Amino acid sequence: MTVLALRDVSKSFGPVKVLHNVDLALEPGEVHALIGENGAGKSTIMKILGGFLDPTSGQILLDGQPIRFASGPEAEARGIVVIHQEFNLAPDLSVAANVFLGRETGRWRLDHAAMRKATAALLERLDTRIDPEARIRDLSVPDRQMVEIAKALSRNARVLIMDEPSAVLTHREVATLYEQIDRLRAEGVAILYCSHRLDEVAHLADRITVLRDGRVVRQALRGELTEDGMANAMVGRELEDFYPPKGQPGSEPALEVAGLTVPGRVRDVSFTLRRGEVLGIAGLVGSGRTELAEGLVGLRSATGAIRVEGREVIIRRLRDAFDAGLAYLTEDRKEAGLLLDKGLRQNLTLATLKRFGSWRLDVRAEEAALDRATRDFDIRAPRRDMIAGKLSGGNQQKLLLAKTMLPDPRIIIIDEPTRGIDVGTKRQIYAFIRALAAEGRSVIVISSEMNEVIGLSDRVLVMREGRLAGEVAGDSMTEDRIVRLAMGVGSGEAA
Amino acid sequence: MKIDLHTLGPLVALIALVILGAVLNSAFLAPANITNVLARSAFIGMIAVGMTFVITAGGLDLSVGSMAAFLAGVAIIAMNAALPGMGENWGTILIGMGVALLGGLIAGYLNGALITKARIEPFIVTLGTMGIFRSLVTWLADGGTLSLDFGLRTLYRPVYYGGIGWITWPIITFAVVAIAGEWIMRHSRFGRHVEAIGSNDRVARYSAIDVGRIRLMTYMLLGLLVGLAVVLYVPRLGSASGGTGVLWELEAIAAVIIGGTALKGGRGRVWGTVVGVLILSLIDNILNLADLVSPYLNGAIQGVIIVLAVVLQREKRTAEER
Repeated sequence: MTVLALRDVSKSFGPVKVLHNVDLALEPGEVHALIGENGAGKSTIMKILGGFLDPTSGQILLDGQPIRFASGPEAEARGIVVIHQEFNLAPDLSVAANVFLGRETGRWRLDHAAMRKATAALLERLDTRIDPEARIRDLSVPDRQMVEIAKALSRNARVLIMDEPSAVLTHREVATLYEQIDRLRAEGVAILYCSHRLDEVAHLADRITVLRDGRVVRQALRGELTEDGMANAMVGRELEDFYPPKGQPGSEPALEVAGLTVPGRVRDVSFTLRRGEVLGIAGLVGSGRTELAEGLVGLRSATGAIRVEGREVIIRRLRDAFDAGLAYLTEDRKEAGLLLDKGLRQNLTLATLKRFGSWRLDVRAEEAALDRATRDFDIRAPRRDMIAGKLSGGNQQKLLLAKTMLPDPRIIIIDEPTRGIDVGTKRQIYAFIRALAAEGRSVIVISSEMNEVIGLSDRVLVMREGRLAGEVAGDSMTEDRIVRLAMGVGSGEAA
Repeated sequence: MKIDLHTLGPLVALIALVILGAVLNSAFLAPANITNVLARSAFIGMIAVGMTFVITAGGLDLSVGSMAAFLAGVAIIAMNAALPGMGENWGTILIGMGVALLGGLIAGYLNGALITKARIEPFIVTLGTMGIFRSLVTWLADGGTLSLDFGLRTLYRPVYYGGIGWITWPIITFAVVAIAGEWIMRHSRFGRHVEAIGSNDRVARYSAIDVGRIRLMTYMLLGLLVGLAVVLYVPRLGSASGGTGVLWELEAIAAVIIGGTALKGGRGRVWGTVVGVLILSLIDNILNLADLVSPYLNGAIQGVIIVLAVVLQREKRTAEER
């Protein structure tokens, strides 16, 4: 009775193999949860199932028959609908126009009334009170998600693939989402549900597949796997030597933050970073981690007192942060970190150009800096004059790290140090971060990967809804404790 | 080192045009004709160099033609007003020049500030100021023509017609502006920042570059160069009217694009712009000299070349992506 299945599917991007012989079966009337760390291969699987990527080897089976989708729309025509995390809705069109986008009814004149009526019926089925005439732009995020689901239903979805649908929702909205999922399940839709939140997986899933490094490491039915069990399966147990040994942070404070507030995002956060320390910041997506960092370095307007090595500093713009010895490495490497269409040298020196002259830039000095950076950070570029966009993700990240370190900052804030890069480079980057701390610099690591935060940090701050929810260190630095603090449940103690 | 055909494309086209011109009419290569072509290119050329910076930083300025007319009008009024007190001398003319340059700087600041501080689309801001400047000069001239005092005109004339040998002052100024522009774009921090902003302004912001200030400076630089073009333009006719500088903005933008600067910003080629300006004015000149094709088709041929240049650019981009 399997609707859609992957059989022995592997996928490589160039030399990098991201999926290894994956088997996965979606049954009608079942919620199948796909869990794994970032980079484990979840999104690749979703893209293959949704027709956006072809497998390198192996088969996709629809109703038991091998099939190959030429494109996402073709898969959609066969009843396989993907709801992406960034919604695929045209913000200026009405709800009804979006639901029927590309399949409008009517010949020379659009049949507005029929589409409106059909949309209203779909929305009613989902038990929402969204007006079919409303513009998407004016809807709340959960309402937009409902529209996405309605759109999927209007395509007679037999398989619904949902990518982290709850990440954008508040607690109450999540409850509505669960109701809708139950309803769809009862109607016999097969649902693939990707999530980071183990509690909701335990609550929703009839079947769970755990991915690690592109392999299926565990498959289980409802009740067979506790949240702990899931976490263990996701992380594996070879953590010990993956991270460099921790150091001995000094006692003198490098950075003292008091009452930092970023309007609407971060409220009254205070903490101290010691010399030679690696301080982790954990929290769910949207908990204000990145906003805290950006407020700290002047990329967002913020209030609060900041002291660097005992001196009070005022940071209004990023330049002030640089002058105070702070640097920030963005989580958004491709859109905020590197100029993908420019060369390595131009990227490396962009934030520190002042050093290389004003009316006549010293290209030779820039080239020397690039030499040093490629050596120090092991940047592997096939060609020296290539553009940054052609580097692999790992080498881009190393280049970005080199760029961030070029002003010789004393305090480095690294947001998602290893997002979307391969395991080998991850390890190198962890070693770099440790080495920075050993040199007497101080590092803040913001990460969504729980074991990365734990494996790398001397101490972890946990954020929840824009506030500091607590602090863990030493033996209490466990995934369980951090998750509880991040979600605001159980025995979390306030800092 | 690989030779980049797409970079050389406009240059090859320029050389081909020169050969074509020489074959079609022997008068084409005469110094008088070359001086004429270059001097007429100089106004658009200086403006186009400034436009290269604006476009490379991801902006656009539609107001430059009207701005030139307005500045010419204001400079003429200033000189005529200063004449009774100052007398018929270079002091009066220097006042006019100062008014044009300072006015250009202020007009550029106005455009830039509306775009960077009030955060309005460059297209909309400069479409607005285009209308404003054009209307102001027509109003100042009361629908007619603003004429420089005859004596001053005689004194001022050599600034356009004079020079070193057959190389007249507009040609010299254009050359200096082009060389300085190329240097600034290629070798200065400002140029690097301009390219970075046009390439991805978020990356620039996260690299502690003051994006608003750099953008504002590109508009002020363009305004200043419009002022400079006006300084050299006024002695040519000694007058300004509502019809002065019409369509200059489009010619300048076309030259920038033919030269290989991407309209979406990120990569500026000042040499390319210079070549683009020369291509446009050579086509005009050749059509006038040779009776092969009617000069009335000038615009059509220029249009074809603009589209062709963009097609070539696009091919380059997809080749890079592969």
